[in-house]
Amino acid sequence: MNGSVSLRDRLNRTVRDIPRSGIRDFFDIVTTMDDVISLGIGEPDFDTPWHVRESTVFALERGATHYTSNFGYIELRRALARYVLKGFGSEYNPESQILITVGVSEALDLALRALINPGDEVLYHEPCYVSYRATILFAHGVPLAVETRSENGFRLTRAMLEARVTPRTKVLMLNFPNNPTGAIMSRADLEDIAAFARERDLVVITDEIYSELTYDSPHTSIASLPGLRERTILLHGFSKAWAMTGFRLGFACGPAELIEAMMKIHQYTMLCASSLSQKAALEALARPENDIREMLDEYRRRRNYIAAAFAEMGLECHRPLGAFYAFPSIGRFGLSSREFALTLLREEKVAVVPGSAFGACGEGFVRCAYATSIDNIKEAMVRMKRFISKPIQRSA
Amino acid sequence: MDELLKILQSNALESRENIGRMLNLPADEVDRRIADYEKRGVIRGYQAILNEDQLDLDKVTAVIEVKVTPQREGGFDTIAHRISRFPEVRSAYLMSGAYDLLLFVEGGTLREVAAFVSERLSPLAGVLSTSTHFMLKTYKRFGVLMRQETSDERLSVSP
Repeated sequence: MNGSVSLRDRLNRTVRDIPRSGIRDFFDIVTTMDDVISLGIGEPDFDTPWHVRESTVFALERGATHYTSNFGYIELRRALARYVLKGFGSEYNPESQILITVGVSEALDLALRALINPGDEVLYHEPCYVSYRATILFAHGVPLAVETRSENGFRLTRAMLEARVTPRTKVLMLNFPNNPTGAIMSRADLEDIAAFARERDLVVITDEIYSELTYDSPHTSIASLPGLRERTILLHGFSKAWAMTGFRLGFACGPAELIEAMMKIHQYTMLCASSLSQKAALEALARPENDIREMLDEYRRRRNYIAAAFAEMGLECHRPLGAFYAFPSIGRFGLSSREFALTLLREEKVAVVPGSAFGACGEGFVRCAYATSIDNIKEAMVRMKRFISKPIQRSA
Repeated sequence: MDELLKILQSNALESRENIGRMLNLPADEVDRRIADYEKRGVIRGYQAILNEDQLDLDKVTAVIEVKVTPQREGGFDTIAHRISRFPEVRSAYLMSGAYDLLLFVEGGTLREVAAFVSERLSPLAGVLSTSTHFMLKTYKRFGVLMRQETSDERLSVSP
């Protein structure tokens, strides 16, 4: 017993004080139950396109099993430069301005560690992906959360940022299309944010992992706006649009000085991203339109379905415009989002993620991922309707 | 292609209400459009996709390549329609390349199919030659894999 007490005392204080992700706890409960329909999964239900998988097997047979350049295969960086120029409207030199990483998660960690001195502030918006706050703290930064609101579609405004920014703020982090809200930002919305970043001389880290998944209008990248490319690190990867989560492959595009600094951390801690995953990514870029179109159409039909079903059952939900998440409000039931999710799970065996896992202002909402078959969604909607139609006995 | 048709192609049993939710349309509008497609002959029917290998049927399927002489009036269509009307012929296509028509022919036994080819198909005026291949096993039909792969490797909750 003495041993464990003293070891806990020896832990790094930052690490010790950060709680485990709320999603992790919830996962532990769901795995003890059978026949659960999960709307809690933040990854595509589609298989990685067959040509990508087949080509990865071929790469393995051909012996692509060695270290690659720290930056990643140059052929892959060249292909990415073309893809990003075409899809995001921003041009990067594949020799010095693109770094291949182990998912966007590593890229985000590298970007923050490359920029932050202890005490530097990082502005970010909540509800957001579960790792942002922790990653900022691990980098010894000070997280400044800006709360986005359901009533304006969970979009970020300049006024929200102005209310939080201080002279010590160095970085602005963005994630649109957004996990968990499904919000997107229009070009006009982003222009305001871009002006703010320029005037406050902030570095922007933009996580655009869901950029291919917008349903009613094309995605705009803040990196493509005037004067932003020079101060922006664009993060993207293959997990969502190509359904390649397990490959763990992401990339960062940005000014050479920043990419070089990120590469140094990557070089000493990770060396390089998996060679096989890099080969898979190269194949994925061979015909992105074909791979993504069918999945995008299917996600759109599911989005329409889930939005219609929520409206019919009287569950208030802003219309999701991107990613594959709906974020309905459950405030009127008088339960916390965790209680609501646990009770729904126990009574109807539908798993959703409590909004509070995505930041304090996610309280009062639950995240419902529609990255699952339409048959599952249909059954989940029947069960949720039944659940909210009768008095709810909390079981938390 | 109209998304409505895509949905029906992947599941013709989908209810009008559900299709309406997916397409942001009222259910009666979905009904109206489907009726229109049926009336125009765009939708020719609805069938189940069976894994016949599991059913132990007394049935053989042959794929037959046919060379024909196009007719002076009607080209390939006249002879192709003539051949297509035999109930043994389940599918028929006009092809480019080394032969003209590709037929999928079903019969109870190999002998029955052979009889169809030698007694019905080959003697037709305009049929020059046939080449018959028997089908041994089906791996995929109409875009559906015959082997069920249902396991979902994903964690049940993830960020």
